[in-house]
Amino acid sequence: MTILHHLDDATVMRYASGDLDEAFAAVVTSHLAMCPECRRAARLAEAVGGELIEACEPASLPAGAFERMMSQIGEIGRPDAPPPKQVARTVAGDVPAPLQRYVGNSLDAIAWRHIAPGVRKHDIALGSKSTGKLYLLNIAPGRAVPEHGHGGSEMTLVLSGAYRDELGRFAAGDIADLDEHVEHQPCVDPDASCICLVATEAPTRFKGVLSRLLQPVFGI
Amino acid sequence: MLAALSSFRPAGQDGTERMADIHKDLMARVAADRDREAFRELFEHFAPRIKAWLMKSGADHALAEDLMQDVMTSVWRKIDLYKPENGSASTWIFTIARNIRIDRLRRASSRPYTDIETLDMPSDEADGEETTFATQRATIVAAALSELPVEQREVIELSFNQDLAQSEIAQRLDVPLGTVKSRMRLAYSKLKSSLEALQ
Ligand SMILES: [Zn+2]
Repeated sequence: MTILHHLDDATVMRYASGDLDEAFAAVVTSHLAMCPECRRAARLAEAVGGELIEACEPASLPAGAFERMMSQIGEIGRPDAPPPKQVARTVAGDVPAPLQRYVGNSLDAIAWRHIAPGVRKHDIALGSKSTGKLYLLNIAPGRAVPEHGHGGSEMTLVLSGAYRDELGRFAAGDIADLDEHVEHQPCVDPDASCICLVATEAPTRFKGVLSRLLQPVFGI
Repeated sequence: MLAALSSFRPAGQDGTERMADIHKDLMARVAADRDREAFRELFEHFAPRIKAWLMKSGADHALAEDLMQDVMTSVWRKIDLYKPENGSASTWIFTIARNIRIDRLRRASSRPYTDIETLDMPSDEADGEETTFATQRATIVAAALSELPVEQREVIELSFNQDLAQSEIAQRLDVPLGTVKSRMRLAYSKLKSSLEALQ
């Protein structure tokens, strides 16, 4: 997989500082799971956090804070028991690991809802504090999605297939990390449908009369 | 690459790097033997700083202490997930503290953040010297941070330390969101180029 479109550096910093809503965090971490280059970028940004903690003037702790914590750790597990081995997961399937808790591990098993000719959608439920929306889109080969601008920021990660728009061609692993004023009209490659993971901050506003008619149907 | 890195040892940064190496060894002892004395040393260094950091994010003394305990308990429990080749102990501990801040201070969900940490992915650094490199990276980042222009350092501290969203930073500083983003990008690219200068 050759990834051509990566995270914006400002997004990498947002990610590292913890400033991403669950919807956007899911898209960013899914891209990270697919992209070694952005993983390195994220680690560098997280090193900033590490150095900022190092630079903090130490606060005072009550005497015996360490012993108290260790005895509580002991109460939860057996006293003096080693922590349970955390086994890192190795991931199979065509769904990026951070997305698997939301949609399972196979794109074939997703339950799609028909929302417009050639366009199917799968909404993903998030925690109650999330203000963003997260969903999968499955767009048929050769389909163009109506031209639209964004009411807020939007991130689209291609999971399979490919589409093309003003910004170039986006294939599996590519992420479109868009600011609010970008307008684009994605068109899916003719040979295969395109499945994308999308996070949006605010409702997308379609341009044009036909598009505006479609919007209620689209619900995106 | 390493030859170039080894020759890069400005006098004032020896301390940072030596400390990062000591922490790396302590982490290894905790991981290998559940060494409580090694863990105590890590606690004595990190716990007061994590508490201070959480107070910058708006927690009061009691809450900051409570959350700090959560962070250090996770360090103990999740020590097997720490991969020294991916970063210094302080970087890893920061990510744990950040996730706990999302969950318990902001009461939002850190699920994607925590899920990606349990992934078993091959190291992304190219050669066998990666562990050394991770400690040196900490030194370089510390140096690069201290050299940032005030306005870039400011947006970084507001986001990482005070837990403000980029949109809140824009409001606080009374500048457009785009300005906050471009300061972030500039700061990040400076960090990146000081790392790349050594590779
Ligand atoms: Zn990338």
